[in-house]
Amino acid sequence: MFRFLFDRDTWQEVFDSFNKNKLRSVLTMVGVWWGILLLIGLLGSARGLENAFNRLFGDFATNSVFVMGSSTGKPFKGFQEGRRVQLTLTDIEKVEANVEGIEFVVPRNMNQGLVVRNFLSGTFNVMGDYPVLDKVQKKKLVHGRFINQSDIDDHKKVAVISESIYKQLFEKDENPIGQYIQINNINYMVVGMYDQGNVNFGPSEDIHIPFTTFQQVYNQGEKIGFLMITGKPEYDIQQIENDAILMLKTLNHVHPEDKRAFRSFNMGKEFAKVTGFLTGMQFLTWFVGLATLVAGVFAIGNILLITVKERTKEIGVRRALGATPFEIKRQIVVEAVFLTLVAGVIGIITGGWILIALDYFFGQGDEAAIVNASVSISVVFVALVILVILGTLIGLIPAFKATSVKPIEALREE
Amino acid sequence: MLKIHQLHKSYPIGDSSLHVLKGIDLNIEEGEMVAIMGSSGSGKSTLLNIIGMLDEADSGEYILDGLPIKDLTEKKAAVYRNKFLGFIFQSFNLINYKNALENVALPLYYQGMNRKERQEKAMFHLEKVGLANWAEHLPKELSGGQKQRVAIARALAANPKLLLADEPTGALDTKTSHEIMEFIQQLNDEGKTILMVTHEEDIANMCKRIVRLRDGVIMEDKKINQVRAGQYV
Repeated sequence: MFRFLFDRDTWQEVFDSFNKNKLRSVLTMVGVWWGILLLIGLLGSARGLENAFNRLFGDFATNSVFVMGSSTGKPFKGFQEGRRVQLTLTDIEKVEANVEGIEFVVPRNMNQGLVVRNFLSGTFNVMGDYPVLDKVQKKKLVHGRFINQSDIDDHKKVAVISESIYKQLFEKDENPIGQYIQINNINYMVVGMYDQGNVNFGPSEDIHIPFTTFQQVYNQGEKIGFLMITGKPEYDIQQIENDAILMLKTLNHVHPEDKRAFRSFNMGKEFAKVTGFLTGMQFLTWFVGLATLVAGVFAIGNILLITVKERTKEIGVRRALGATPFEIKRQIVVEAVFLTLVAGVIGIITGGWILIALDYFFGQGDEAAIVNASVSISVVFVALVILVILGTLIGLIPAFKATSVKPIEALREE
Repeated sequence: MLKIHQLHKSYPIGDSSLHVLKGIDLNIEEGEMVAIMGSSGSGKSTLLNIIGMLDEADSGEYILDGLPIKDLTEKKAAVYRNKFLGFIFQSFNLINYKNALENVALPLYYQGMNRKERQEKAMFHLEKVGLANWAEHLPKELSGGQKQRVAIARALAANPKLLLADEPTGALDTKTSHEIMEFIQQLNDEGKTILMVTHEEDIANMCKRIVRLRDGVIMEDKKINQVRAGQYV
């Protein structure tokens, strides 16, 4: 059945008829080429954008939520409205123990401090953190280490600073590790320095010191500033947020309907918005690409229809010489598939070049808007299969047209 | 070889129909060379087309070499045409983007013969029509007479039982016509059965038998003394 595909004569016929209508065939193929080019180019760019977003979000656990206490909006259990809600370490333990699907609950404190080193100084945000923060919000350490358990246990006066602080307080090329900085007149040894990355939600976090040290120095006791919750991957972060806040309301004697007592920021939700946008864009890309492709394939069908009309007499002669209608149809379908495939493959290759160019111009460095713009082999494969199917279907129209004319009438045609 | 009995054919024209063949009876033996003559509209081309299985009769019998030709599917007709018949057209009908050799090999291609064998055979027939040196030439590089000879080689390629020629000299000047006729006579001398449609008296006289049609019926059917084309060349 498919032996004819390996027959030199089949291809000879295809090339002959291509050569006979060179310009027209090329113009026709432009349609399909353009469709594939769009498909590959757009899909690749969409992927590149997605990669860029992922890189931006990559340092954050995307299924996480920040919660901080605020003032109540409703009177409850004898308390008046407007009461300040203060989260405590006990809240944390309860939430961690009782809310389903939680991976980490990270208590954090924050304060502003005047930071001095030698003759340089500045006001920065100082965070009191546990080592587990590194799991929730990955720190890209350039030098040294993050806070560890022994820092916590011994209330060590150590600090992990961001690169921007380093730039403000240290000389160029100076190694910050082991150096001392003064925060609110207390000396801390710098044990690590990290790269802040591109995305920051909420206030900038400049200096991290052990949570226990923060408690002691700022006389916090059990009080905490805010907390971060991350959910296990298989759980819905929105549900976790609702459960945790309801739990906190109960613990803090807040009216269950009070919407103002806790402020929260759901990373998962924000992330879902972006990924939703990306999914939408991918869908649009497929839609536009495939629609263009279909239009291109129709153009090929159209041209073949004209070609067949012009070759009516030739087809008549061939049939007089003994070509069966099937052989005529097969030849035309092979031509259609061949044209679509060649145009498609050229489109895939040039689409690849476009992605290479995109990568070259927009994909370099850390801040790149498009990261690793590419399409997977399976997409290319699917595109090729679609081309073959469409080419076959569209080739059938001129094929049937060609054999619908009786040979006698075909021969009479001038 | 060929038996036709009470063949009728009409074409619809608008609401009415045109009765083109009104009961044709014709027998052709092997080795004959028959000219069908008649003015235009006499039905001679229709008869040739029916014999060539390019058209179908409305009623009547057509038996080719013992094989009844009736209710053929397009595919069957194609196979029979390829196996039994060789066509020579007035306007040659060579495929203009294929060279002489490929044109001659075309019927063999549709027989499913492999390329090498096909080309050898096609070359043999090209040699026979004296155009071996022109094998690689495209039709547009050939003269009218040469084109017709390529077409004859093509008609012969599949070794058909019957050669059908529709005004084979209609597009050629007298001298070339005679050359072509001389060649066709040679083929007939070798035993090929030939049926041609012509309206030229001198060409018809080069056949061995003339069948005259008028208004869809055979007016006259006589054997003649063949005029050899060679004497003019």
